[in-house]
Amino acid sequence: MLDLIKLRRQHGYQAIPDIKNAEILSTHRGYPVIDESKCAGGCSDCENVCPTNAIKVNPLSIDLGKCIFCGECESACQAGAIKFTNEYKLGSTGRNKLIITSGNLFADYEKEAIESRKEIHKIFGHSLKLRQVSAGGCNGCEMELAACGNVNFDMGRFGIDFVASPRHADGIVITGPITKNMAPALMDAYKSVNSPKIVIAVGACTISGGVFEESEVLNRSFLSKIKIDLYIPGCPPHPLTFINAILDFIGKK
Amino acid sequence: MSWIEIKNLQSVLLNDIPRLKVEDLRDQLIEKIKGGKRLVQFFGDTENGDVVLYAIAADDNASKLFIASTKFTSQKEYQSITPEIPSAHLFEREFFEQYKIKPEGHPWLKPLRKGIAGIDSSEIPYEFFSMKGEEVHEVGVGPIHAGIIEPGHFRFSCHGEKIYHLEIKLGFQHRGVEELFVKNNARPIYLQKLSESIAGDTVIGHSGTFARAIESLANTSIPRRAKLIRTIALELERIAIHLGDLSALSNDVGYLTGNSVFGALRTRIINTTMAICGNRFGRSLIIPGGVNFDISQELREKISSTVNQVNDETALAAEVLFSSASVLERFEKTGVVDKATALEIGMVGPSARASGVAVDIRSDHPFGAYEFFPVHKLTLDSGDVFARSYIRFIEIQQSVKIINDQLGNFTEGKANNAILLLEPNRLVVSMVEGWRGEIAHVILTGNDSKIKRIKIKDPSFHNWFAVSLSVRNEGISDFPLCNKSFNLSYSGFDL
Repeated sequence: MLDLIKLRRQHGYQAIPDIKNAEILSTHRGYPVIDESKCAGGCSDCENVCPTNAIKVNPLSIDLGKCIFCGECESACQAGAIKFTNEYKLGSTGRNKLIITSGNLFADYEKEAIESRKEIHKIFGHSLKLRQVSAGGCNGCEMELAACGNVNFDMGRFGIDFVASPRHADGIVITGPITKNMAPALMDAYKSVNSPKIVIAVGACTISGGVFEESEVLNRSFLSKIKIDLYIPGCPPHPLTFINAILDFIGKK
Repeated sequence: MSWIEIKNLQSVLLNDIPRLKVEDLRDQLIEKIKGGKRLVQFFGDTENGDVVLYAIAADDNASKLFIASTKFTSQKEYQSITPEIPSAHLFEREFFEQYKIKPEGHPWLKPLRKGIAGIDSSEIPYEFFSMKGEEVHEVGVGPIHAGIIEPGHFRFSCHGEKIYHLEIKLGFQHRGVEELFVKNNARPIYLQKLSESIAGDTVIGHSGTFARAIESLANTSIPRRAKLIRTIALELERIAIHLGDLSALSNDVGYLTGNSVFGALRTRIINTTMAICGNRFGRSLIIPGGVNFDISQELREKISSTVNQVNDETALAAEVLFSSASVLERFEKTGVVDKATALEIGMVGPSARASGVAVDIRSDHPFGAYEFFPVHKLTLDSGDVFARSYIRFIEIQQSVKIINDQLGNFTEGKANNAILLLEPNRLVVSMVEGWRGEIAHVILTGNDSKIKRIKIKDPSFHNWFAVSLSVRNEGISDFPLCNKSFNLSYSGFDL
């Protein structure tokens, strides 16, 4: 019993107090900043090393929906035209907004990336229950989503929780590139959620196929039928990326 | 003809691998396994349109691997090995599914990854075993589970609350990983990143296994400093997952203090990994030839103080966990896998060690920095949930010691060497003790010096069957606890 009290004292209170302004290590690879004026032109080293074809040259752009934040382009670019910052608020409501070009600063991205709608705030602003569906995910995104609920990030304090059944949920969170074998179950889960409902795509795999884009055993037809309301890039996205994107999306102050 | 003998990470010319008659390969493999060797790989490849089967057995005491092969020209079947050697069960199913060569007399010949969702009429449908009788019923769970975990289907045959049998149907995560490796064999950076996504909870384990195989095929040695950094990362991964598992096991028995405390300790370890390489799971750290990120003196001190502090706090938390009567009541004598069963089905990793089987690639087939110092193999005997939990605690302490040793041994120098071309027409076996156990990648190169076949094996491939056996005669409510005590990979199995 005494040890238990000692343990409780040792543990203390570890939740991040201000999740919207939480600090993250400088080494974290988050929002990339592109300065094409430094780009010497004529070389496509960054494009060649990119494992997921997220980079295009002329003009230089990075698609956060494809990017796995490996940083190989930053090392490959001798001129230093690409720099990954540690900014973690990467979520967006539009697929096209995820494409970053030269001069797109984080401050502007942060302002415009998530469109917070009144009706979303009205319906989900105080309580949002989500059903997670892993559709070929490697367990990276799944572990980070599970971490959102741990004592450090404590997402439950904002009224946002993952629930056991789609029948209890307001929306689904998809991870993984959507394999053929999971496609029917994903559609079943989506249909089991009552309307109004939202769909959130987490990680490079769900958004674009990621490193599995060329696989022949995927079935991504779900995405052509169902509209994605929120994109959360990363490989995997940090819990701070996920939680902040949701908070902004539902307009929680 | 005798089998060719190699070591972990020692490549061999494909032409030097003995080609036996299929009956001889079968008989000799059975003799080897019955004589105490372990089945490491059993897979096919195509050669001028014919199917070639490779079998690899390990002699753990002598740190040796034995390889032989056989060719199927017109023959489309062979006598199954599984009735004699149960550990071959999934390997034979996989070989059948990939190359359509039928193991005659296989007791469980069902789809493994293809056709499991019943969507493609050209595939063989999956049929469950069923049990008949009064008051017998079936419970089906999945593919989508209640928690935030990967998909798989579990079918319980029960009598009342009691589980008679559990059949596990996986394959939902099948992404065609092996095919992607071959298809993109001209893009080395892509391949390295792909290896990080074989199982996203074992990034360092799988990417390190793959990189070492490439280094061996390219005859490249890596700087000692890189070996130390890889070892630190691998042990950090082990500590992080083991802490996460202790947290989840606590949660499964309603011990919420443990859930919170171990979860928070895990955060500190994965943040340390992020301090090294910018990602909490160690993505982008390992490249063939070395590592992408060096560890400075300042960071070494930070790592040391973090792991030591986590070690102390873990010791107190574990003391409380393992002396709580309500926890022990659920952990002890639950989900028992005895040593004879563990050996028979070829279990690996901490789950095997918790059943008294002393297998640990770090000491049996040393790789990287583990060649310089011995790792003591930790084992427990009871094979229950308690043993599989407690072994995680003592392995955390062991890993902390290994990290401190590595930090004290740090040498100056660069962190990577350039990789030259792979040698053509060779085969290499790369084995690493990941946190789940033995990860084994086999790579075959073609005439063009590129990868022509890769066989990936996550330790889960050996251990899933143990989950089925562990829950027999248990109450169905103990299933989540038993399952978590193994914490196996779906994506690593499904590929």
